[in-house]
Amino acid sequence: MIRTPLRPLARILAARATGENPDHIEQENRRLRQEAARDRARNRAEGRLVVLALVFMSAFVILGARMGLLAATTPVELARGVSENISSARADIVDRHGRVLATNLATHALYAETRRMVDPARAARELARIFPDIDGERMEARFTDPNRRFIWIRTSLSPEQVQAVHDIGEPGLLFGSREMRLYPNGRMAAHVLGGASFGQQGVRAAEVIGTAGAELFFEDRLRDPAQVDTPLKLSLDLTVQAAVTEVLEGGKQMLNARGATAVLMDVFTGEVISLVSLPDFDPNNRPLPPTEGEPADSPLFNRAVQGYYELGSVMKAFAVAQGLDEGTVTPESIIDTRGPLTFGRFRIRDFRNYGPQLSVKDVMVKSSNIGTARIMQPIGAERQQEFLRKFGFLDTMPLELAEAARARPLLPARWSDLSVMTISYGHGLSTSPLALAAGYATLVNGGYRVTPTLLKTETLQPGPQVISARTSAQKRLMLHQVVQEGTASFARIPGYPVGGKTGSADKPNPRGGGYKKDAVLATFASVFPAHEPRYVLIVTLDEPVDTTGPEPRRTAGWTAVPVSAEITRRVGPLLGLRPVSLDKANERLAQGH
Amino acid sequence: MRSLLYLCTALSVIALAAWAYRENHLTQQAMNERRSLEREIAALDEAISIQRAEWAYLNRPDRLRDLVDVNFAELKLVPLTGAHFGEIGQIVYPLPVPRAVITDAVDMYGAGTAVPVALGFGEEPPL
Repeated sequence: MIRTPLRPLARILAARATGENPDHIEQENRRLRQEAARDRARNRAEGRLVVLALVFMSAFVILGARMGLLAATTPVELARGVSENISSARADIVDRHGRVLATNLATHALYAETRRMVDPARAARELARIFPDIDGERMEARFTDPNRRFIWIRTSLSPEQVQAVHDIGEPGLLFGSREMRLYPNGRMAAHVLGGASFGQQGVRAAEVIGTAGAELFFEDRLRDPAQVDTPLKLSLDLTVQAAVTEVLEGGKQMLNARGATAVLMDVFTGEVISLVSLPDFDPNNRPLPPTEGEPADSPLFNRAVQGYYELGSVMKAFAVAQGLDEGTVTPESIIDTRGPLTFGRFRIRDFRNYGPQLSVKDVMVKSSNIGTARIMQPIGAERQQEFLRKFGFLDTMPLELAEAARARPLLPARWSDLSVMTISYGHGLSTSPLALAAGYATLVNGGYRVTPTLLKTETLQPGPQVISARTSAQKRLMLHQVVQEGTASFARIPGYPVGGKTGSADKPNPRGGGYKKDAVLATFASVFPAHEPRYVLIVTLDEPVDTTGPEPRRTAGWTAVPVSAEITRRVGPLLGLRPVSLDKANERLAQGH
Repeated sequence: MRSLLYLCTALSVIALAAWAYRENHLTQQAMNERRSLEREIAALDEAISIQRAEWAYLNRPDRLRDLVDVNFAELKLVPLTGAHFGEIGQIVYPLPVPRAVITDAVDMYGAGTAVPVALGFGEEPPL
């Protein structure tokens, strides 16, 4: 900056020449300089004041905004069980009426911090006394190992055990809080629920993760923080499930079966009301998967969903339905049933000789293999495949279980004309009891495709129509006639008219090649009430034998049907069905026809 | 005039400071209360979930069935069957209760104006 001199020489000389006082010039310049300095100082002070005001203002604005936010937010409860970024929260699973099937229980895990231990030897001894499976000497070795500071001892303790460990008085033994998955009903619906175990573990919390069944399938839904407080509502009915399990268990024991399964399904919504597979297990203490033997014999195996079997004559219902639906036959058409039916080297026989000819209705009632093969023969492989695909028999039947997606039906490598005939009476194509239930539901509900589900459905969304309502009515009548006149006479229950079809399939030899002798898979597929079906019930027994008669009887009519009838008798009232007289049912069936 | 303004300002600053101090304490108190309430809620939630689990455990079908078997002599409970359903026609229509007949009526004089007295037998009992 160029400083202006107080006494500029040019002006002084000019002033002296005119006789003015040059001091006035100096005073004037001094005044101007002072004024400039004052203005600068004022500007600076003003600037500082503005900055200060801004700072205060922003501070007040921030405080005000924060207060406003606090006032505007809705109060939230403290999230439970969340710490160290591990959430142990998991929604409950309840049945269709809200009864608890799986819930969480607060418990404690036990761990040791060896550096804080006072008397490791005594602690190990006392622990071995409380927990019989802990080896005291090995525990002591672990406690005194200088490389270890932290040892997990137990993942969940009962309150009594917690007290007992407290009573040891060892400061190095500490507890971490845990949520334990509890299945209060024990073995009930074990295959549906699956099981759970601990995932990532921290001192304060541990993840609870599903290991199988619905627990694994709905893993994300059950652990979703937004939905943790709403229980997952399944379609199962605990009371019905208990009744079905009890009857099936009794039937399995009485008939010496290796295994048994039952599926009870709503014919309109596809809701699975009950799903039982025996032998079963306790999901609170899920056994390890077997390392030897057939996996299908393990209690973990879900026969209803994973078990794809050749189910035999129960499949005849679909062959006859196709004939009726495509108009190639009517219930009164006469079919040639002279046997054996020879096809190349293959011979198709009936269980008994039913005479030279039968009506289509009697082919169903008497369960003639030759009859169904003859009905199917003119329809051919392509149309048969198409028809079965519409029912879902050629693909995996979906269900909200982790295991469901892994099983697949076994299809013939080449769908020959012989396959057409064997598949018409249920050999050569494997089907799970669940898929069979969905198929029968579709047959009798007016022909709408049913997709099984384990979730409670509030609204009915009918699937595409697969067969006509007329065929469906004809099938209802025919299935009822099978019970009234045919192979399933044990299913005549007073008050609860049943329609159904038996199936006694020879079990294939596990080593390949042909079928086992005297090993039968007996199935009874039934719908009730017969005149206006609401529920479909599939009962399958693995190698049952009825030994009450003079010679052992293995057919479904003597094994699966009585068990199924007892189940219907028990669950019909539980499902709220009023008993109906047989005459009324017959009248309604005749009307629908 | 100016000094009065200063005085007022100083007084209001003191008053505001006292207010802010008090608010601060109240806030801390409220937060403490909130924490203890949250703890209490968590404890109650846990207790509820344990009791729900215990209720479900005590009502498990196996146990109920065993209890029914043990107490059969007293309770005689059997599985529900179709025979347990009744028809609406099986319920007896409630018989009309006879109206109370007044005999030997006594006249009451001097009790003011006559007030009708409900006898309580006039109507049929509700179903």
